[in-house]
Amino acid sequence: MLEGLTAALIANGWVAVLLAYAAGSLGSLLCVRTPFLGRLLSTGLGVAGGLLQVLVSLATILEGNTVGWSVPSGVPLLDIGLRLDPLSAIFTLALGAVAIAVSIYSFGYTSGLTARRLAILGFFFNLEFLGLSLVFTASNAFFFLIAWEVMALAAYCLVSFEHHHEATRDAGILFFVMSHVGTGFLIVGFLVLHSMTGSLEFANFHVVPTPLQYGALFSLFLFGFGVKAGIVPLHIWLPAAHPVAPSNVSAVMSGIVVKTGIYGLFRVYFDFLGKPPQWAALVILAVGVSSGLLGVLYALIETDLKRLLAYSTIENVGIILMGMGASLFFSSISKPELAALALVGALAHIVNHAMFKTLLFLGAGSVLHGTRTRDIERMGGLLRRMPATAFLFLVGAVAISGFPPLNGFVGEWFTYQAFLAGFGSTVSLTKLVFPVAGALLALTGALAATTFVKAFGISFLALPRSRESEHAHESHWTMLLGMAVPALSCVALGVGATWLIPGLDSVTGQLLGVRSSARFVVSHGVVLNSGALRGGTVSMPMIAVLLILLSFTATLIGLAGFRRANRRTGPAWDCGLPGLTAENEYTATAFSKPLRMIFAALYQPKREIQQQFDVSPYYPKSVLFESEVEQTFESRLYKPLKDKLLQRANRLRAIQAGSIHAYLAYIFLTLVVLLLFGARP
Amino acid sequence: MSKMLGASVFQLVLLLCISPLISGIIKTLKARLQTRRGPGIFQPYRDLNKLLRKQMVIPETASWIFAAAPIMVFATSVLVGLLVPMITADAPLSLFGGVLAVIYLLGLGRFFLALGALDAGSSFGGLGSSREMTISALAEPAMMLAIFTVALSASSTNLSEVVRGAIGQSWRFLAPSQMLAFAALFIVLIAETGRIPVDNPATHLELTMIHEAMILEYSGPYLALIEWGAAVKQLILMTLLINIFYPFGLSLQWNAASLAIGCGSYLLKLVILAVLIVLVETTNAKMRLFRVPELLSVAFVLGALALISTFLF
Repeated sequence: MLEGLTAALIANGWVAVLLAYAAGSLGSLLCVRTPFLGRLLSTGLGVAGGLLQVLVSLATILEGNTVGWSVPSGVPLLDIGLRLDPLSAIFTLALGAVAIAVSIYSFGYTSGLTARRLAILGFFFNLEFLGLSLVFTASNAFFFLIAWEVMALAAYCLVSFEHHHEATRDAGILFFVMSHVGTGFLIVGFLVLHSMTGSLEFANFHVVPTPLQYGALFSLFLFGFGVKAGIVPLHIWLPAAHPVAPSNVSAVMSGIVVKTGIYGLFRVYFDFLGKPPQWAALVILAVGVSSGLLGVLYALIETDLKRLLAYSTIENVGIILMGMGASLFFSSISKPELAALALVGALAHIVNHAMFKTLLFLGAGSVLHGTRTRDIERMGGLLRRMPATAFLFLVGAVAISGFPPLNGFVGEWFTYQAFLAGFGSTVSLTKLVFPVAGALLALTGALAATTFVKAFGISFLALPRSRESEHAHESHWTMLLGMAVPALSCVALGVGATWLIPGLDSVTGQLLGVRSSARFVVSHGVVLNSGALRGGTVSMPMIAVLLILLSFTATLIGLAGFRRANRRTGPAWDCGLPGLTAENEYTATAFSKPLRMIFAALYQPKREIQQQFDVSPYYPKSVLFESEVEQTFESRLYKPLKDKLLQRANRLRAIQAGSIHAYLAYIFLTLVVLLLFGARP
Repeated sequence: MSKMLGASVFQLVLLLCISPLISGIIKTLKARLQTRRGPGIFQPYRDLNKLLRKQMVIPETASWIFAAAPIMVFATSVLVGLLVPMITADAPLSLFGGVLAVIYLLGLGRFFLALGALDAGSSFGGLGSSREMTISALAEPAMMLAIFTVALSASSTNLSEVVRGAIGQSWRFLAPSQMLAFAALFIVLIAETGRIPVDNPATHLELTMIHEAMILEYSGPYLALIEWGAAVKQLILMTLLINIFYPFGLSLQWNAASLAIGCGSYLLKLVILAVLIVLVETTNAKMRLFRVPELLSVAFVLGALALISTFLF
């Protein structure tokens, strides 16, 4: 009785969420003549939809039940089917939270737009939320693909929003093409599943494929969803599209749109395809490790703040896939308890990454708003001019670097524990994969910390490096509030991890058939446990409390010597030159120089120095320094591919004579050929 | 609960009191080996005492990050100290975080120190910050492999469990995997504590300095916090090394006799490790910065060999 009631509430709540987004979308267009009302309506309904979505998703995860319904449309094979199960709910939970934060932020962020553009942005924004909500809950492959396209096209329109810049148009087209190549793979994948099951309902897709079929389905979906997830080497659209999109759009793209790819992989590999073979798990693990490492290595040398964040998204997708690969591996060797451990790591990182990446992109947007530049080398000293933005950005930087007691640590901790358990409980030589993956995860994490020391330290500290950052101003309070929402979530998801991890029980129950939160949380719920009896333990709340206490003590020690005037300010050491200027400061390029030299094999750095001097080479009159890093994937993989393709396409132009009769003949011939195929029994 | 509190306070006092002493011993021993008299083993206490009384000069360009850095360095180091078994096999708070928490909390302290270094705006701070983050990032994989090796036999990242496991097998330290892992972690210790051949703690030469470049702008009580925190961190890393691989004498109960044995053997092991560090420091020259990755890749290979040899023996 009670369960039926909650199910009904969840179902109605979900419909209300969809309606809120739809209304926000249309309302924004209808209110084009009253821009303030339109802005209020689109962002307000975004917040309302997001709030409701968080509640509904939480209810689903905690109740652990699945709510679904389906309405046949007139079109054959297409049912408008929605189903909200715990796996979907994890993703919609993140979506709801991001929608709240971004909608609040957008209210201030879009205040400078003209009425028409405002209406368009509000329309596509809420349409994007609607499309995402449908992608995460569609239960019919045909309907899923439609939602997928709505989501992708709305994202394309949002990325191309500032289409008067050529770079934006190029990035938009790149995103469009990559996205549709991915969709092509998905369509083929779903058709294969249809041919195996005779249905397009997700519920009927639980197949037991032969090894060959598994290989085919595995690769089709890996390519199809991998493009959206941004795995290396399918990632190139991310660093192109993120910097040129408005920052609230980048936040949604990195926080959630990328996660649709991950969602697809989870849905197919865990839900549809049953027990995976070992090689598939190892492929996912390898993809995760390489995406993580390459993503962070490119982030490290980036000086465009938003491109840096985009590469860091690739890194975090890699970390998620490491957990996923480990989980698949344990499923393949029938150790569901360990699979649950790794799965918890991946799931936690999905939600956590959505929070801190949203925060960081919104922070980058606030900086861009205040300084009109994305170039870290032109920033500096922003902490004094934009104190609130700086503080919130710092929270995000600490969280994404994986430091306790914030949330980034939780997912990585579970992933490490899974790797350790994996080494201990497998016998074959494959177990060596786990420590190596663990070591590379450690390297990835440490390089991420380096990246964010650079991103925060060079942008916000010391002296401003340009007039723009000298005259930077703090953002509107709604933008700060929009950033405070994910910042608080980062703290809560970190410190409160011990109370939140049991909530993932329903997902591990759904995907693996084990509920082991009782083993993951011990000592009255304040300590996280790796699941084994004497396994690894960590207590996020206690670390937080102790850190606060000890910092307080340290502050008191720092104030010692209070008897005399404790402190005075003076100039920093300027090497005896007259006064410290911004030119004395380390630049972002200089900061990453040691690592650029150490990993020169990857970056292939080129540099050119021209000096002019009168008397002695030690006193140059002018120095011209140029430094360039090779974008290996673009130049070695995609450019040859593109050139080949264009070359072939040029040859095909021979049949494109411009005569309509010839074209009609082509159509007729195609029809005949297709009919011949169709006529075969 | 009260036992946990008592043990924490005891270890806290021990941590804060011994750590300057170990730095002093290393400094004096090094001076003696170089036929200098050296400042005496209690010099670090006198330094701290003096720094705490000094007025400090804050750079005009600095923000609150400059003040947060020493506080975070000190707080994280001391917190980590409570997670590590020192003279008893049970660290007071080992339940609250294992070796992963140790690594990441030390990383948090380093993160803030690197930011504090950038905050003053002088080139030296940036230089130190960049080099420190580079070297620590490269040390991380070697450290993780070595830790995997030792965590395996206990199948736990909980340090008390690791140490108990080591006590259980008394001749384990002779196993090739353990010796290789020790060598790997020793190199990591050298790199993390900024000692020759990676960094020279006694120099302020701009070409070579790493840690000193970061703290160049600090003075007075803030400098004291950083120095003290660094001493605590050094003590923790040394403690990890001796207690994981050579857990002799660690006290298993809470009574006066076994605690006394624990204290004595702990100090003895510390001094032996300090001598080893001093020997390495005196017999080696500081490496060029771009040779350090090679040293750390040696550590990585040693860690990998340690893991592989757990198969064989």
